[in-house]
Amino acid sequence: MQNFGFQKPRDLAAAVAAAKKAPEGKYLGGGQSLLPVMKLGLAAPSELIALSGLAELKGVRVEGKELVIGAGTTHAEVAASAEVKKAIPALADLAGHIGDPQVRNRGTLGGSLAHDDPSADYPAAVLALGATVVTDRRRIAADAFFQGMFQTALAPDEVITAVRFPLPEKAAYAKFPHPASKFALVGVFVARGAGGVRVAVTGAGPSVHRSAPLEKALAARFAPEALAGVAVPAGGLQNDPFGSAEYRAHLVAVMARRAVAACG
Amino acid sequence: MPAISLKLNGRSVTAEVEARTLLVELLRERLGLTGTHVGCDTSQCGACTVHVDGRSVKSCTMLAVEADGREVTTIEGLAAADGTLSPVQAAFREHHGLQCGFCTPGMVMSATELVRRNPGAGEREIREWLEGNLCRCTGYHNIVKAVQAAAQTGRG
Ligand SMILES: Cc1cc2nc3c(=O)[nH]c(=O)nc-3n(C[C@H](O)[C@H](O)[C@H](O)COP(=O)(O)OP(=O)(O)OC[C@H]3O[C@@H](n4cnc5c(N)ncnc54)[C@H](O)[C@@H]3O)c2cc1C
Ligand code: FES
Ligand code: FES
Repeated sequence: MQNFGFQKPRDLAAAVAAAKKAPEGKYLGGGQSLLPVMKLGLAAPSELIALSGLAELKGVRVEGKELVIGAGTTHAEVAASAEVKKAIPALADLAGHIGDPQVRNRGTLGGSLAHDDPSADYPAAVLALGATVVTDRRRIAADAFFQGMFQTALAPDEVITAVRFPLPEKAAYAKFPHPASKFALVGVFVARGAGGVRVAVTGAGPSVHRSAPLEKALAARFAPEALAGVAVPAGGLQNDPFGSAEYRAHLVAVMARRAVAACG
Repeated sequence: MPAISLKLNGRSVTAEVEARTLLVELLRERLGLTGTHVGCDTSQCGACTVHVDGRSVKSCTMLAVEADGREVTTIEGLAAADGTLSPVQAAFREHHGLQCGFCTPGMVMSATELVRRNPGAGEREIREWLEGNLCRCTGYHNIVKAVQAAAQTGRG
């Protein structure tokens, strides 16, 4: 790894100011995506600005009809949080199946969303629940946040501070994990709430996306049987050594049925 | 170079490190604690697992500077001063939880966190917990047996 400068600011304003001064710099969350990428030489930031010292990014709480999770909260903390388990159990369950315990002890919600791996789990939850990504300067709706493979609406010096999840009536996530990495070969998050029925698919395509045919069928009837015979088009899905586009399309329908069944 | 200080296996340590120094490089190359192994260097195998503030992390995927002010425990820090093995270490020996031993330090560190956090852990929880630790020799059965035995003692 090429060397770099390192700073650990004590508050959010200082972190953003440091990033503005270092155009080739990057924020460091738990490092579970960024450090592997840097070891491979795919990123060589001049400066790492650690977010681990920021109190503004910590904490889990329910505010009115929303569950608010600080962006610096680790996957392990979300999985173990009594508040999350009570408010949106599907989210605690999702966090508890990311990677392995060591990854969950370091990796953070904000890091996962900013990295936006096309096979990551959290983006499916954020998109299906219609959550709002809160940054140091604005609020971004989930539908506008994810913009394609590893691409989000964030400016280079923008920090995610929290995510606000509207409490759903029903929600569940079903993932077919890659057996080695645990990343989703296909993952489907299904939610029913004030925004209607939303179905988000990760792993299958070049980016997390909503599935119109599945949402339409479930809006008519929210039951696993409603998905019988619904075809998920394979066009545009990933074709790689792990699975063909047709295989992934098939898995999307299977995972969607499992998620709806898990909603009870 | 940034100066850091941490508590390592109960002792205070200060060191000057480059920002890019990984925690495992600090431990093995600077401080001579070679019990922590590097199997893959790509965050996959868990051989490099150590505890930071009591939690398992892959020390090949954490910067040494991020350990500043924290408590780090390595495999060298588990046994008592008189050499008495920790319950998890003793159980690995008793139940043949190792063959070549390469994965063992990471396995033991990971299992120790589980046993401390969830003393009643059963086979399924143990297998799920050890997801981040790969072993090329044992086929895992005796590792799981060892962790189960240690879990029953209720002490990590
Ligand atoms: C072995 C292994 C298995 C894994 N398995 C899975 C899996 O099954 N499912 C899954 O979803 N993920 C998986 N991951 C990825 C993991 O979830 C990462 O933790 C996550 O993608 C990145 O979070 P982080 O906090 O570590 O971010 P970092 O790696 O520190 O940063 C990632 C990117 O986000 C930026 N960033 C970090 N925090 C913020 C913030 N608050 N605001 C703005 N930008 C920010 C950084 O600048 C960087 O560009 C796995 C990783 C490993 C190593
Ligand atoms: S050496 Fe760190 S995970 Fe393999
Ligand atoms: S004992 Fe040889 S790798 Fe596990």
